[in-house]
Amino acid sequence: MSCLKALNKFNVYIMTQTEALYHYTLRLGDNSLISGHRLSEWCSRGPILEEDLALTNMALDHIGRAQAFLKYAGELSEKKQTEDDLAYKRGERQFLNNLITELPNQDFAFTIARQLIISCFEFYLYTELCNSNDPIVAGISEKAVKEVKYHLAHATDWTCRLGDGTELSHQKMQKALNDIWMFTGELFEMDETDQVLLKAGIAADMTLIKPLWYNHLKQVTTEAGLKLPEDAYMQSGSRKGIHTEYLGHILSEMQYLQRAYPTAQW
Amino acid sequence: MVSPAHSKEELFQLLSEIPDPEIPVVSIREMGMLRDINILDDGYEVVITPTYTGCPAMSMIESDIKSTLQKHGISPVSVKLVYSPAWTTDWMSAEAKEKMRKYGIAPPMQSTCNKWSAVGKPVVISCPRCQSKHTHVISHFGSTACKALYFCESCKEPFEYFKCH
Repeated sequence: MSCLKALNKFNVYIMTQTEALYHYTLRLGDNSLISGHRLSEWCSRGPILEEDLALTNMALDHIGRAQAFLKYAGELSEKKQTEDDLAYKRGERQFLNNLITELPNQDFAFTIARQLIISCFEFYLYTELCNSNDPIVAGISEKAVKEVKYHLAHATDWTCRLGDGTELSHQKMQKALNDIWMFTGELFEMDETDQVLLKAGIAADMTLIKPLWYNHLKQVTTEAGLKLPEDAYMQSGSRKGIHTEYLGHILSEMQYLQRAYPTAQW
Repeated sequence: MVSPAHSKEELFQLLSEIPDPEIPVVSIREMGMLRDINILDDGYEVVITPTYTGCPAMSMIESDIKSTLQKHGISPVSVKLVYSPAWTTDWMSAEAKEKMRKYGIAPPMQSTCNKWSAVGKPVVISCPRCQSKHTHVISHFGSTACKALYFCESCKEPFEYFKCH
Protein backbone atom coordinates (compact mmCIF):
# COMPACT_ATOMS: atom_id res chain seq x y z
CA MET A 1 0.00 0.00 0.00
CA SER A 2 2.76 2.43 0.92
CA CYS A 3 4.41 1.52 -2.36
CA LEU A 4 1.23 2.40 -4.23
CA LYS A 5 0.89 5.69 -2.44
CA ALA A 6 4.44 6.60 -3.37
CA LEU A 7 3.69 5.82 -6.96
CA ASN A 8 0.60 8.00 -6.90
CA LYS A 9 2.55 10.84 -5.40
CA PHE A 10 4.86 10.96 -8.36
CA ASN A 11 2.28 9.99 -10.92
CA VAL A 12 2.05 13.06 -13.13
CA TYR A 13 -1.11 11.86 -14.77
CA ILE A 14 -4.39 12.90 -13.21
CA MET A 15 -7.67 12.22 -14.94
CA THR A 16 -9.18 15.38 -16.40
CA GLN A 17 -12.79 16.29 -15.80
CA THR A 18 -13.67 15.67 -19.44
CA GLU A 19 -12.16 12.19 -19.33
CA ALA A 20 -14.00 11.44 -16.10
CA LEU A 21 -17.26 12.67 -17.59
CA TYR A 22 -16.66 10.50 -20.64
CA HIS A 23 -16.26 7.42 -18.42
CA TYR A 24 -19.23 8.39 -16.30
CA THR A 25 -21.64 8.96 -19.18
CA LEU A 26 -20.34 5.79 -20.83
CA ARG A 27 -21.13 3.87 -17.64
CA LEU A 28 -24.64 5.34 -17.45
CA GLY A 29 -25.17 4.68 -21.15
CA ASP A 30 -23.83 1.11 -21.03
CA ASN A 31 -25.99 0.25 -18.02
CA SER A 32 -29.05 1.45 -19.90
CA LEU A 33 -28.06 -0.26 -23.14
CA ILE A 34 -27.40 -3.70 -21.67
CA SER A 35 -30.46 -3.56 -19.38
CA GLY A 36 -32.52 -2.57 -22.39
CA HIS A 37 -31.12 -5.41 -24.46
CA ARG A 38 -31.92 -7.98 -21.79
CA LEU A 39 -35.46 -6.64 -21.41
CA SER A 40 -35.95 -6.73 -25.18
CA GLU A 41 -35.21 -10.46 -25.10
CA TRP A 42 -38.61 -10.90 -23.42
CA CYS A 43 -40.27 -9.80 -26.66
CA SER A 44 -42.80 -12.53 -27.62
CA ARG A 45 -41.83 -14.54 -24.52
CA GLY A 46 -43.76 -12.68 -21.80
CA PRO A 47 -45.98 -14.80 -19.54
CA ILE A 48 -49.02 -12.79 -20.69
CA LEU A 49 -49.50 -10.29 -23.50
CA GLU A 50 -49.61 -7.29 -21.15
CA GLU A 51 -46.26 -8.29 -19.67
CA ASP A 52 -44.75 -8.70 -23.09
CA LEU A 53 -45.75 -5.09 -23.78
CA ALA A 54 -44.59 -3.87 -20.38
CA LEU A 55 -41.12 -5.42 -20.58
CA THR A 56 -40.52 -4.25 -24.14
CA ASN A 57 -41.80 -0.76 -23.31
CA MET A 58 -39.24 -0.61 -20.54
CA ALA A 59 -36.60 -1.89 -22.93
CA LEU A 60 -37.40 1.06 -25.16
CA ASP A 61 -37.01 3.53 -22.29
CA HIS A 62 -33.60 2.04 -21.51
CA ILE A 63 -32.39 2.09 -25.10
CA GLY A 64 -33.61 5.68 -25.51
CA ARG A 65 -31.69 6.69 -22.41
CA ALA A 66 -28.63 4.79 -23.64
CA GLN A 67 -28.78 6.71 -26.90
CA ALA A 68 -28.87 10.03 -25.04
CA PHE A 69 -25.95 9.21 -22.74
CA LEU A 70 -23.81 7.56 -25.42
CA LYS A 71 -24.36 10.50 -27.76
CA TYR A 72 -23.03 12.78 -25.05
CA ALA A 73 -20.14 10.42 -24.27
CA GLY A 74 -19.28 10.38 -27.97
CA GLU A 75 -19.12 14.17 -28.05
CA LEU A 76 -16.77 14.10 -25.06
CA SER A 77 -14.52 11.42 -26.52
CA GLU A 78 -11.25 12.33 -28.21
CA LYS A 79 -12.23 10.61 -31.43
CA LYS A 80 -15.64 12.31 -31.53
CA GLN A 81 -17.56 9.07 -31.89
CA THR A 82 -21.28 8.72 -32.47
CA GLU A 83 -23.64 6.86 -30.15
CA ASP A 84 -23.74 4.04 -32.71
CA ASP A 85 -19.93 3.79 -32.81
CA LEU A 86 -19.94 3.39 -29.04
CA ALA A 87 -22.75 0.83 -28.98
CA TYR A 88 -21.65 -1.29 -31.91
CA LYS A 89 -17.90 -0.96 -32.25
CA ARG A 90 -16.50 -1.54 -28.79
CA GLY A 91 -15.40 -4.89 -27.44
CA GLU A 92 -16.52 -6.26 -24.10
CA ARG A 93 -13.49 -5.03 -22.15
CA GLN A 94 -14.47 -1.49 -23.09
CA PHE A 95 -18.00 -1.78 -21.71
CA LEU A 96 -18.59 -0.29 -18.27
CA ASN A 97 -22.06 -1.62 -17.44
CA ASN A 98 -22.61 -3.22 -14.03
CA LEU A 99 -22.50 -7.03 -14.11
CA ILE A 100 -26.08 -7.28 -12.83
CA THR A 101 -27.41 -5.87 -16.11
CA GLU A 102 -25.82 -8.57 -18.26
CA LEU A 103 -26.99 -11.63 -16.32
CA PRO A 104 -29.35 -13.84 -18.37
CA ASN A 105 -33.07 -13.25 -17.82
CA GLN A 106 -33.68 -16.77 -16.47
CA ASP A 107 -37.29 -17.01 -15.25
CA PHE A 108 -39.82 -14.20 -14.75
CA ALA A 109 -39.09 -14.00 -11.01
CA PHE A 110 -35.39 -13.40 -11.66
CA THR A 111 -36.18 -10.67 -14.19
CA ILE A 112 -38.53 -9.02 -11.69
CA ALA A 113 -35.94 -9.24 -8.89
CA ARG A 114 -33.40 -7.55 -11.15
CA GLN A 115 -35.94 -4.94 -12.25
CA LEU A 116 -36.75 -4.15 -8.64
CA ILE A 117 -33.10 -3.76 -7.66
CA ILE A 118 -32.12 -1.77 -10.75
CA SER A 119 -35.22 0.47 -10.91
CA CYS A 120 -34.92 1.31 -7.24
CA PHE A 121 -31.22 2.11 -7.69
CA GLU A 122 -31.92 4.19 -10.79
CA PHE A 123 -34.76 6.04 -9.10
CA TYR A 124 -32.44 7.40 -6.39
CA LEU A 125 -29.47 7.81 -8.74
CA TYR A 126 -31.33 9.88 -11.31
CA THR A 127 -33.22 11.85 -8.67
CA GLU A 128 -29.80 12.86 -7.34
CA LEU A 129 -28.36 13.51 -10.81
CA CYS A 130 -31.18 15.98 -11.57
CA ASN A 131 -29.07 18.33 -9.40
CA SER A 132 -25.86 17.65 -11.33
CA ASN A 133 -23.81 20.69 -12.30
CA ASP A 134 -23.56 19.27 -15.80
CA PRO A 135 -26.70 20.50 -17.62
CA ILE A 136 -26.83 17.57 -20.06
CA VAL A 137 -26.50 14.91 -17.36
CA ALA A 138 -29.16 16.76 -15.33
CA GLY A 139 -31.46 17.07 -18.33
CA ILE A 140 -31.34 13.39 -19.28
CA SER A 141 -31.75 12.45 -15.60
CA GLU A 142 -34.83 14.63 -15.26
CA LYS A 143 -36.34 12.71 -18.15
CA ALA A 144 -35.13 9.32 -16.88
CA VAL A 145 -36.53 9.69 -13.39
CA LYS A 146 -40.08 10.08 -14.74
CA GLU A 147 -39.74 6.84 -16.69
CA VAL A 148 -38.02 4.93 -13.89
CA LYS A 149 -40.94 5.68 -11.55
CA TYR A 150 -43.11 3.51 -13.79
CA HIS A 151 -40.46 0.77 -13.91
CA LEU A 152 -40.21 0.75 -10.14
CA ALA A 153 -44.00 0.67 -9.71
CA HIS A 154 -44.15 -2.27 -12.12
CA ALA A 155 -41.41 -4.22 -10.33
CA THR A 156 -42.91 -3.41 -6.92
CA ASP A 157 -46.32 -4.64 -8.01
CA TRP A 158 -44.93 -7.93 -9.31
CA THR A 159 -42.62 -8.46 -6.32
CA CYS A 160 -45.67 -8.22 -4.05
CA ARG A 161 -47.77 -10.47 -6.27
CA LEU A 162 -45.11 -13.16 -6.52
CA GLY A 163 -43.77 -12.87 -2.96
CA ASP A 164 -47.26 -12.88 -1.48
CA GLY A 165 -48.72 -15.26 -4.08
CA THR A 166 -48.52 -19.05 -4.13
CA GLU A 167 -45.96 -21.14 -2.33
CA LEU A 168 -44.14 -21.73 -5.61
CA SER A 169 -44.12 -18.06 -6.69
CA HIS A 170 -42.86 -17.07 -3.24
CA GLN A 171 -40.09 -19.67 -3.45
CA LYS A 172 -39.00 -18.51 -6.90
CA MET A 173 -39.02 -14.85 -5.93
CA GLN A 174 -36.98 -15.50 -2.77
CA LYS A 175 -34.50 -17.65 -4.69
CA ALA A 176 -34.13 -14.92 -7.32
CA LEU A 177 -33.32 -12.32 -4.65
CA ASN A 178 -30.82 -14.67 -3.00
CA ASP A 179 -29.11 -15.47 -6.31
CA ILE A 180 -28.81 -11.88 -7.50
CA TRP A 181 -27.74 -10.27 -4.24
CA MET A 182 -24.00 -10.75 -4.81
CA PHE A 183 -24.25 -8.46 -7.83
CA THR A 184 -25.68 -5.50 -5.90
CA GLY A 185 -22.46 -4.38 -4.21
CA GLU A 186 -20.94 -3.23 -7.46
CA LEU A 187 -23.73 -0.70 -8.10
CA PHE A 188 -22.29 1.53 -5.39
CA GLU A 189 -18.59 1.24 -6.18
CA MET A 190 -16.80 4.52 -6.74
CA ASP A 191 -13.46 5.02 -8.46
CA GLU A 192 -11.32 7.92 -9.69
CA THR A 193 -14.02 8.88 -12.20
CA ASP A 194 -16.53 9.43 -9.40
CA GLN A 195 -14.02 11.25 -7.21
CA VAL A 196 -13.11 13.75 -9.93
CA LEU A 197 -16.76 14.41 -10.76
CA LEU A 198 -17.93 14.55 -7.15
CA LYS A 199 -15.56 17.46 -6.59
CA ALA A 200 -17.13 19.23 -9.55
CA GLY A 201 -20.67 18.53 -8.31
CA ILE A 202 -21.44 16.43 -11.38
CA ALA A 203 -21.64 12.84 -10.12
CA ALA A 204 -23.87 11.32 -7.46
CA ASP A 205 -22.40 10.23 -4.14
CA MET A 206 -23.13 6.50 -3.96
CA THR A 207 -22.63 6.39 -0.19
CA LEU A 208 -25.75 8.58 0.09
CA ILE A 209 -27.76 6.54 -2.39
CA LYS A 210 -27.07 3.14 -0.85
CA PRO A 211 -29.10 3.58 2.39
CA LEU A 212 -32.03 5.13 0.48
CA TRP A 213 -31.98 2.19 -1.93
CA TYR A 214 -31.67 -0.39 0.84
CA ASN A 215 -34.50 1.05 2.94
CA HIS A 216 -36.78 1.24 -0.04
CA LEU A 217 -36.09 -2.40 -0.95
CA LYS A 218 -36.60 -3.40 2.66
CA GLN A 219 -40.03 -1.77 2.64
CA VAL A 220 -41.11 -3.47 -0.58
CA THR A 221 -39.80 -6.92 0.32
CA THR A 222 -41.36 -6.76 3.78
CA GLU A 223 -44.69 -5.91 2.16
CA ALA A 224 -44.16 -8.90 -0.16
CA GLY A 225 -43.28 -11.28 2.68
CA LEU A 226 -39.74 -11.74 1.37
CA LYS A 227 -36.37 -11.52 3.07
CA LEU A 228 -33.55 -9.33 1.82
CA PRO A 229 -30.38 -11.44 1.80
CA GLU A 230 -27.47 -10.61 4.08
CA ASP A 231 -24.45 -8.97 2.45
CA ALA A 232 -21.74 -11.55 1.77
CA TYR A 233 -19.22 -11.94 -1.05
CA MET A 234 -19.89 -9.33 -3.74
CA GLN A 235 -19.01 -9.68 -7.44
CA SER A 236 -17.01 -6.87 -8.99
CA GLY A 237 -15.09 -5.96 -12.12
CA SER A 238 -17.13 -3.81 -14.50
CA ARG A 239 -15.46 -0.52 -13.56
CA LYS A 240 -12.30 -2.03 -15.08
CA GLY A 241 -14.13 -3.62 -18.00
CA ILE A 242 -14.03 -7.13 -16.53
CA HIS A 243 -17.31 -8.88 -17.18
CA THR A 244 -19.14 -12.18 -16.75
CA GLU A 245 -19.10 -14.65 -19.61
CA TYR A 246 -22.53 -13.40 -20.66
CA LEU A 247 -21.61 -9.96 -22.02
CA GLY A 248 -19.67 -11.32 -25.00
CA HIS A 249 -22.71 -13.28 -26.11
CA ILE A 250 -24.92 -10.20 -25.85
CA LEU A 251 -22.49 -8.18 -27.94
CA SER A 252 -22.08 -10.88 -30.57
CA GLU A 253 -25.81 -10.67 -31.19
CA MET A 254 -26.25 -6.93 -30.72
CA GLN A 255 -23.26 -5.95 -32.84
CA TYR A 256 -23.59 -8.62 -35.51
CA LEU A 257 -24.96 -6.40 -38.25
CA GLN A 258 -22.41 -3.61 -37.84
CA ARG A 259 -19.58 -6.13 -37.65
CA ALA A 260 -20.73 -8.07 -40.72
CA TYR A 261 -21.69 -5.01 -42.77
CA PRO A 262 -19.63 -2.10 -41.44
CA THR A 263 -21.23 1.35 -41.85
CA ALA A 264 -24.56 -0.19 -42.89
CA GLN A 265 -27.34 2.33 -42.41
CA TRP A 266 -31.00 1.88 -41.51
CA MET B 1 -27.27 34.63 -44.86
CA VAL B 2 -30.92 33.66 -44.81
CA SER B 3 -33.45 36.20 -45.97
CA PRO B 4 -35.52 37.26 -42.96
CA ALA B 5 -38.63 36.62 -45.04
CA HIS B 6 -40.00 34.15 -42.56
CA SER B 7 -40.88 35.22 -39.06
CA LYS B 8 -40.74 32.90 -36.09
CA GLU B 9 -44.52 32.98 -35.73
CA GLU B 10 -44.96 32.10 -39.38
CA LEU B 11 -42.76 29.03 -38.90
CA PHE B 12 -44.67 28.07 -35.76
CA GLN B 13 -47.89 28.23 -37.78
CA LEU B 14 -46.48 25.96 -40.48
CA LEU B 15 -45.17 23.44 -37.97
CA SER B 16 -48.47 23.46 -36.08
CA GLU B 17 -49.90 21.44 -38.94
CA ILE B 18 -47.66 18.46 -38.21
CA PRO B 19 -49.64 15.78 -36.41
CA ASP B 20 -48.31 13.53 -33.70
CA PRO B 21 -47.53 10.30 -35.61
CA GLU B 22 -49.12 8.16 -32.89
CA ILE B 23 -52.17 10.34 -32.11
CA PRO B 24 -52.94 12.14 -35.39
CA VAL B 25 -55.77 14.26 -33.93
CA VAL B 26 -53.29 16.42 -32.04
CA SER B 27 -50.33 18.36 -33.41
CA ILE B 28 -46.77 18.28 -32.14
CA ARG B 29 -47.26 21.87 -31.01
CA GLU B 30 -50.38 21.01 -28.99
CA MET B 31 -48.50 18.10 -27.46
CA GLY B 32 -45.83 20.48 -26.23
CA MET B 33 -43.04 18.78 -28.16
CA LEU B 34 -42.29 21.78 -30.35
CA ARG B 35 -40.28 23.96 -27.99
CA ASP B 36 -38.68 26.76 -29.98
CA ILE B 37 -37.52 28.02 -33.35
CA ASN B 38 -34.26 29.87 -33.71
CA ILE B 39 -33.51 31.96 -36.77
CA LEU B 40 -29.75 31.72 -37.18
CA ASP B 41 -27.33 33.37 -39.60
CA ASP B 42 -27.01 30.18 -41.57
CA GLY B 43 -30.49 28.67 -41.36
CA TYR B 44 -33.32 27.70 -39.10
CA GLU B 45 -33.09 25.59 -35.99
CA VAL B 46 -36.19 23.86 -34.68
CA VAL B 47 -35.98 22.74 -31.05
CA ILE B 48 -38.02 19.71 -30.05
CA THR B 49 -38.20 17.57 -26.93
CA PRO B 50 -39.21 13.89 -26.76
CA THR B 51 -42.18 12.72 -24.73
CA TYR B 52 -40.17 9.63 -23.76
CA THR B 53 -36.42 9.14 -24.28
CA GLY B 54 -36.98 6.08 -26.46
CA CYS B 55 -39.94 7.48 -28.39
CA PRO B 56 -39.55 5.98 -31.88
CA ALA B 57 -41.70 8.75 -33.36
CA MET B 58 -38.94 11.33 -32.92
CA SER B 59 -37.10 10.57 -36.15
CA MET B 60 -40.38 10.71 -38.04
CA ILE B 61 -41.22 14.06 -36.44
CA GLU B 62 -37.78 15.34 -37.39
CA SER B 63 -38.23 14.40 -41.03
CA ASP B 64 -41.79 15.83 -41.03
CA ILE B 65 -40.43 19.16 -39.77
CA LYS B 66 -37.77 19.29 -42.46
CA SER B 67 -40.10 18.33 -45.30
CA THR B 68 -42.85 20.74 -44.17
CA LEU B 69 -40.48 23.69 -44.14
CA GLN B 70 -38.78 22.64 -47.36
CA LYS B 71 -42.18 22.52 -49.06
CA HIS B 72 -42.50 26.21 -48.27
CA GLY B 73 -39.02 26.95 -49.55
CA ILE B 74 -37.55 27.35 -46.10
CA SER B 75 -34.04 25.93 -45.75
CA PRO B 76 -31.58 24.91 -44.46
CA VAL B 77 -33.33 23.47 -41.44
CA SER B 78 -31.73 21.67 -38.53
CA VAL B 79 -33.60 19.94 -35.73
CA LYS B 80 -32.22 20.01 -32.23
CA LEU B 81 -33.35 17.50 -29.61
CA VAL B 82 -33.29 18.77 -26.02
CA TYR B 83 -34.08 16.89 -22.81
CA SER B 84 -34.26 19.76 -20.40
CA PRO B 85 -36.66 21.04 -19.24
CA ALA B 86 -38.18 17.56 -19.36
CA TRP B 87 -41.43 17.23 -21.24
CA THR B 88 -44.49 17.00 -19.07
CA THR B 89 -48.13 16.22 -19.88
CA ASP B 90 -48.94 19.51 -18.14
CA TRP B 91 -47.78 21.28 -21.32
CA MET B 92 -50.65 19.81 -23.28
CA SER B 93 -53.43 22.30 -23.90
CA ALA B 94 -56.98 21.71 -22.65
CA GLU B 95 -58.16 21.60 -26.28
CA ALA B 96 -55.60 18.93 -27.09
CA LYS B 97 -56.80 16.86 -24.15
CA GLU B 98 -60.41 17.16 -25.27
CA LYS B 99 -59.46 16.11 -28.82
CA MET B 100 -57.65 13.15 -27.39
CA ARG B 101 -60.66 12.14 -25.30
CA LYS B 102 -62.94 12.31 -28.34
CA TYR B 103 -60.45 10.16 -30.19
CA GLY B 104 -60.91 7.48 -27.50
CA ILE B 105 -57.82 8.03 -25.36
CA ALA B 106 -58.29 9.15 -21.76
CA PRO B 107 -56.17 12.32 -21.46
CA PRO B 108 -53.56 12.72 -18.70
CA MET B 109 -54.58 14.18 -15.36
CA GLN B 110 -53.08 17.58 -14.58
CA SER B 111 -50.12 17.82 -12.21
CA THR B 112 -50.45 14.44 -10.64
CA CYS B 113 -46.91 13.45 -11.59
CA ASN B 114 -45.31 14.31 -8.30
CA LYS B 115 -47.85 12.61 -6.10
CA TRP B 116 -46.45 9.22 -6.77
CA SER B 117 -45.28 6.79 -4.12
CA ALA B 118 -43.83 3.29 -4.15
CA VAL B 119 -46.92 1.48 -2.93
CA GLY B 120 -49.52 4.16 -3.59
CA LYS B 121 -53.20 4.06 -4.44
CA PRO B 122 -53.92 4.33 -8.15
CA VAL B 123 -55.65 7.47 -9.43
CA VAL B 124 -59.18 7.14 -10.80
CA ILE B 125 -59.32 7.50 -14.58
CA SER B 126 -62.62 8.24 -16.31
CA CYS B 127 -63.64 6.24 -19.35
CA PRO B 128 -63.25 8.44 -22.46
CA ARG B 129 -66.46 7.00 -23.93
CA CYS B 130 -69.03 6.86 -21.14
CA GLN B 131 -67.28 9.02 -18.50
CA SER B 132 -67.73 6.28 -15.91
CA LYS B 133 -65.28 6.26 -13.01
CA HIS B 134 -65.64 2.50 -12.58
CA THR B 135 -62.45 1.62 -14.37
CA HIS B 136 -59.38 -0.41 -13.55
CA VAL B 137 -55.88 -0.60 -14.90
CA ILE B 138 -54.98 -3.67 -16.96
CA SER B 139 -51.37 -2.67 -17.51
CA HIS B 140 -49.34 0.48 -16.96
CA PHE B 141 -47.68 -0.20 -20.30
CA GLY B 142 -49.68 -0.07 -23.50
CA SER B 143 -49.32 0.06 -27.26
CA THR B 144 -46.86 2.98 -27.04
CA ALA B 145 -44.49 4.19 -24.34
CA CYS B 146 -46.82 7.04 -23.38
CA LYS B 147 -49.99 5.03 -22.81
CA ALA B 148 -51.43 2.63 -20.23
CA LEU B 149 -54.21 0.11 -20.76
CA TYR B 150 -57.48 0.40 -18.81
CA PHE B 151 -60.85 -1.33 -18.74
CA CYS B 152 -64.23 0.32 -18.16
CA GLU B 153 -66.55 -1.77 -16.01
CA SER B 154 -69.62 0.27 -17.01
CA CYS B 155 -69.43 0.03 -20.80
CA LYS B 156 -67.21 -3.08 -20.74
CA GLU B 157 -64.76 -1.57 -23.22
CA PRO B 158 -61.00 -1.44 -22.86
CA PHE B 159 -59.41 1.97 -23.43
CA GLU B 160 -56.04 3.66 -23.44
CA TYR B 161 -54.93 6.28 -20.95
CA PHE B 162 -52.23 8.80 -21.80
CA LYS B 163 -49.97 8.50 -18.77
CA CYS B 164 -49.23 11.49 -16.63
CA HIS B 165 -45.61 12.39 -17.04
